[in-house]
Amino acid sequence: MNAVTKNKTTNLVMDLGRRWALIFLLIELIFFSFFAKGFMSLRVFQMIFFFGITVFLLGTAELFVIITGGIDLSVGYVMGFASIISAKMISAFVHGGMHPFPALILGIVLTLLIGLLPGLINGLLISKLRVPPFIATFSMLGISHGVAELLLLNGAAKDLPHLANLIGNGYFLYWAPGPGLSFFVRPEIPRGGFIIELIPNIVVLAFVVIGILAFVLKRTVFGQHTYAIGGNVDAAIRSGINVGRHKVKIYMLSSFLASLAGVIYVLMYVTGKGDAGAASLLDAIAAVVIGGASLYGGKGTVWRTILGALIIAVLETGLRVMGIPTFDKYIIVGVILISAVLIDKVFPEKTYTDNKE
Amino acid sequence: MDYLVETKNITKRFGGLTAVNEVSFGVEAGEIVAVLGDNGAGKSTLIKMISGVHQPDGGQIFVEGKEVNIHSPMDALSMGIETIYQDLALAENMNVYSNIFLGREKTRKAWGLFDVLDSKFMYEESMGVLKKLNIKIPSLRNNVRTLSGGQRQAVAISRSIYWNAQFLIMDEPTAALGVAQQHQVLELVKSLKDHGLGIIIISHQMHDVFAVADRIIVMRRGEKVGDLLKKDTNPDEVVNLIVGSESVV
Repeated sequence: MNAVTKNKTTNLVMDLGRRWALIFLLIELIFFSFFAKGFMSLRVFQMIFFFGITVFLLGTAELFVIITGGIDLSVGYVMGFASIISAKMISAFVHGGMHPFPALILGIVLTLLIGLLPGLINGLLISKLRVPPFIATFSMLGISHGVAELLLLNGAAKDLPHLANLIGNGYFLYWAPGPGLSFFVRPEIPRGGFIIELIPNIVVLAFVVIGILAFVLKRTVFGQHTYAIGGNVDAAIRSGINVGRHKVKIYMLSSFLASLAGVIYVLMYVTGKGDAGAASLLDAIAAVVIGGASLYGGKGTVWRTILGALIIAVLETGLRVMGIPTFDKYIIVGVILISAVLIDKVFPEKTYTDNKE
Repeated sequence: MDYLVETKNITKRFGGLTAVNEVSFGVEAGEIVAVLGDNGAGKSTLIKMISGVHQPDGGQIFVEGKEVNIHSPMDALSMGIETIYQDLALAENMNVYSNIFLGREKTRKAWGLFDVLDSKFMYEESMGVLKKLNIKIPSLRNNVRTLSGGQRQAVAISRSIYWNAQFLIMDEPTAALGVAQQHQVLELVKSLKDHGLGIIIISHQMHDVFAVADRIIVMRRGEKVGDLLKKDTNPDEVVNLIVGSESVV
């Protein structure tokens, strides 16, 4: 083996090493397709994405915060809080005589606006009063949890219009012999007739939002400044970046995404629940770290975070299909998390040589 | 003589301590002035009044002959006075051209709607300034983290030059560098003279000072005790001035 081919082999190993998360996901898929009966089906893949939405959204929220070197522990309970106020508002509007569609839209828009508030408070505490992000957002976790439970004292968050269920559990694309493809509206077919339901509506909604944010992070000044703050906050300040204001925006974005996850929860389950997102917080942080971000800040991308979330979602769904208790998932995710940090240390970051002599 | 930057009887006190006492000096365009002195001699304080970190308690500062008040580092920047910090004001997690444009990113309209980063423009402009300064870096797409200490200094300096710095302040530019890299940075500093910049260097390394400086200013206990042309002096004389067994003003 001469020096050039040896060099190429090392480069290949390095490239594969940097893409270990993708390779690991493929291994998971191959494993479950052999050992989990019925895993390789449209239904199961829909499940993976459908039930993965919370972690996709909270993971993306957490990613922006973590790139700046912070952490947002409040996203899980802000999501629960948002699910309750949106459910309560929508059912109040409908009982007040509004038509379901405008009631739904108004309730969702108001919830997303109110959902900016926890982030605004977090951001101001962190950037103006220098409260450590862990403490500020941990307090917000408690506050949003408490307020959500208080709101439930005068009755559960239910009695939502049937429309919520139609959207939340409907599909963006249907195909049936005869009518062919149809968007959004389920074609009229005889009961028991053949129909393919392709992509759940809320998966489309979530990925549109996530796609926009991936673009913002990678291609805009906002994204550049987010990385700069995490990389070297002094450099960011000396470059004239308004670091305080940028952090406030980041925490508001985070709680906006948590509220969106809450609204989507209401559409899925047609009810609001205080701890709707509580269990997803750690999965969201795990997804960000498995996706190669560092808790010290400055690193990470949206797609790799989604990859991290998919590794967890595929594992969970696969084990469920195999009938293995899901607490095994926690052990495996823990091991993956530690491996993720160690593997990323082994493979140095990619360098280029454009300017050859 | 026309100085690019000049101080007259500039003074700074911290409580009862006079850190800098009535110091007057100037730097011409195309001149490299080294400021030497023992720890606590007041050289950092002197420099920080020019870079806007400290405000003087007395005396005047002139930039291109006009008296100015420099209230903050941002003020200094707007007058073309840039400081290359020892801890390097670069974001290590970002690539070379993003660092050169950090805080002043060039954008273009995508589909006539959104402002997106114009990476091609920033890459090519950065390439241009590095070529002008004869700096070699494997690729501008590499993150600063992967560069050597000397290359990072070079990036920080190119950034200042690109944004039209007229006057550079360098605090220990060769500290923490290997010998070969020290040489590269010093060569770069010398070449900046040809671009008409005025430069102040603070350094502990006598060798650096004699390699690049045109003039040497020695500080002791807050006062200027020497202002010598390099060609008229030698390291022994300078060391004597620093430790205080001689005074030539």
